[in-house]
Amino acid sequence: MDANNIISPENLVYAKPLLMNEVPMHYCPGCSHGVVHKLIAEVIQEMGLQDKSIGIAPVGCAVMAYKYLDIDWQEAAHGRAPALATAVKRLCPDKLVFTYQGDGDLAAIGTGETLHAANRGENIAIIFINNGIYGMTGGQMAPTTLDHMKTSTSPEGRDVHTTGNPLKILDLLALLDGVCLATRQSVHTAAAVRKAKNKIRLAFENSMQNKGLSIVEIVSTCNAGWKMTPAEANDWMVENMFPVYPLGDLKNI
Amino acid sequence: MSQEISLMKGNEAIAHAAIRYGVDGYFGYPITPQSEIIETLMDAAPWKTTGMVVLQAESETASINMVYGGASCGKYVMTSSSSPGISLMQEGISYLAGAELPCLLVNVQRGGPGLGTIQPSQADYFQTVKGGGHGDYRLITLAPNSVQEMADFVSLGFELAFKYRNPAMILTDGVIGQMMEKVRLPEYRRRRTEQEIRKQCPWATLGKTPDREPNIITSLELDPEIQEQNNIRFQNKYREVEKNEVRYEEIKCDDADYIFVAFGSASRICQRAIDLAREEGYKVGMIRPITLWPYPYDIINRYADKVKGFLTVEMNAGQMVEDVRLAVNGKTKVEYFGRMGGIVPGPDEALAALKEKIINA
Repeated sequence: MDANNIISPENLVYAKPLLMNEVPMHYCPGCSHGVVHKLIAEVIQEMGLQDKSIGIAPVGCAVMAYKYLDIDWQEAAHGRAPALATAVKRLCPDKLVFTYQGDGDLAAIGTGETLHAANRGENIAIIFINNGIYGMTGGQMAPTTLDHMKTSTSPEGRDVHTTGNPLKILDLLALLDGVCLATRQSVHTAAAVRKAKNKIRLAFENSMQNKGLSIVEIVSTCNAGWKMTPAEANDWMVENMFPVYPLGDLKNI
Repeated sequence: MSQEISLMKGNEAIAHAAIRYGVDGYFGYPITPQSEIIETLMDAAPWKTTGMVVLQAESETASINMVYGGASCGKYVMTSSSSPGISLMQEGISYLAGAELPCLLVNVQRGGPGLGTIQPSQADYFQTVKGGGHGDYRLITLAPNSVQEMADFVSLGFELAFKYRNPAMILTDGVIGQMMEKVRLPEYRRRRTEQEIRKQCPWATLGKTPDREPNIITSLELDPEIQEQNNIRFQNKYREVEKNEVRYEEIKCDDADYIFVAFGSASRICQRAIDLAREEGYKVGMIRPITLWPYPYDIINRYADKVKGFLTVEMNAGQMVEDVRLAVNGKTKVEYFGRMGGIVPGPDEALAALKEKIINA
């Protein structure tokens, strides 16, 4: 059969989201960021919010997230995205305001801004990529790094007695009255991707309905930082990350 | 300008002027001696009238980054603090300059270094006009010496900030912030609508409309060739500011043999010292820089050909004196007198220093 017979409108069940820009991504092959970007693009498109969306990019691997989605963006200083988002949403309450942050950005240097934005119940959505490592700077230990996990700053493996335990910041945030949605998802299988997308949509709906702060944690792979193939990284995540960071809703009101 | 005359503190004047100017958002954290700014705003509750947002942040770090977020939307946003808090904001100020974001910052200085004192000081001159944060950037800096100028410089600060897409700072101190004087506040202005902001600030992140590319506010550029071009653009802008925006006041300089150079509260002290000097027969005048960056080098240089010496009077260890020496370029004597750590010198001390260091030296 000729390929042109297959590529027909009735057979087109999957397409690149309109809001994804035609530029090569800098993410490593196998990394979870690309999938999550695509989900955000799809959700904004489906909600018809392109002209109302303001994304806040972090410092970390997603520092250039603004290159990939066809919406307005602000690039924050390391960890400060929730402070920017606080001001944007308060000054422009009719907008969709979301931050996109990694675990170093959100759970180390930006803990204060994250916790207080959550406690004030800012009507923003936070997409939180947790891969247990600093990817951008070359694989250093993060607050979320697992016990015994090897990184470039814990070459013998993380020693929780001297460097602290993996920080379950979502559990902390879920305790705060200002938070309306705290959910932990992943994007390693087609089913997980569909679930994660639904939660991102819920988080964005919450922001538009001014229900409080929503945070969607995506337990992710960093196969380059973990020094594994993408397939190995997925298996390792299921085996090692999920027991510490179990998937599901911690809070959904 | 309102016809009504009020009596209030400098800090309170800033708050009232901000509401009347149509400021969209204030984000701040309490610190002495400037907490009256946020207290006055909270008491006035402008969110019920003009719609202005007022938020007490969890830290100065958060405040300055809230300013970054609001400024990225083209809004009139501001923060205020005092010296230790302003130190904490330096990273954010560098980002604001690097992303070319207009906003108004207020530093009501107190004595340092470190936690220092809560009394007035001018020891953040270097931090403000020579850098503070990282990278090659400049901060438009206004130095009020009265409660009236505290009110007036809110609008001037925003006008200059938006004209050049650059942060502007009101650099004042605990004297001007705390003292009460008569003031005429500006008339109320309506806050701009979103459509007006979109027109005035086509770069603002207010949501991408179909007729334009996405707006991206960032100070990041990994390609050094492009980042050098960005820096050249900033420097060209700074030269324009230096060409167009120098502001100063000359007091009794026409017949002067000796000139004080002083800004802010120190200039008020020198005004009295000039009167005392003239009673004794010394012809003394003053140049008061109103903009500390851009600095009034030219006028000081012109007087350097005519006078027998300059004395800077500063509430620090001698910071602005370096700029006066640059301006004078060896043509005549330049000396410094000051007090530190929160001590405010008297006019008699300033005059005694002028005699000792310049007139009789």
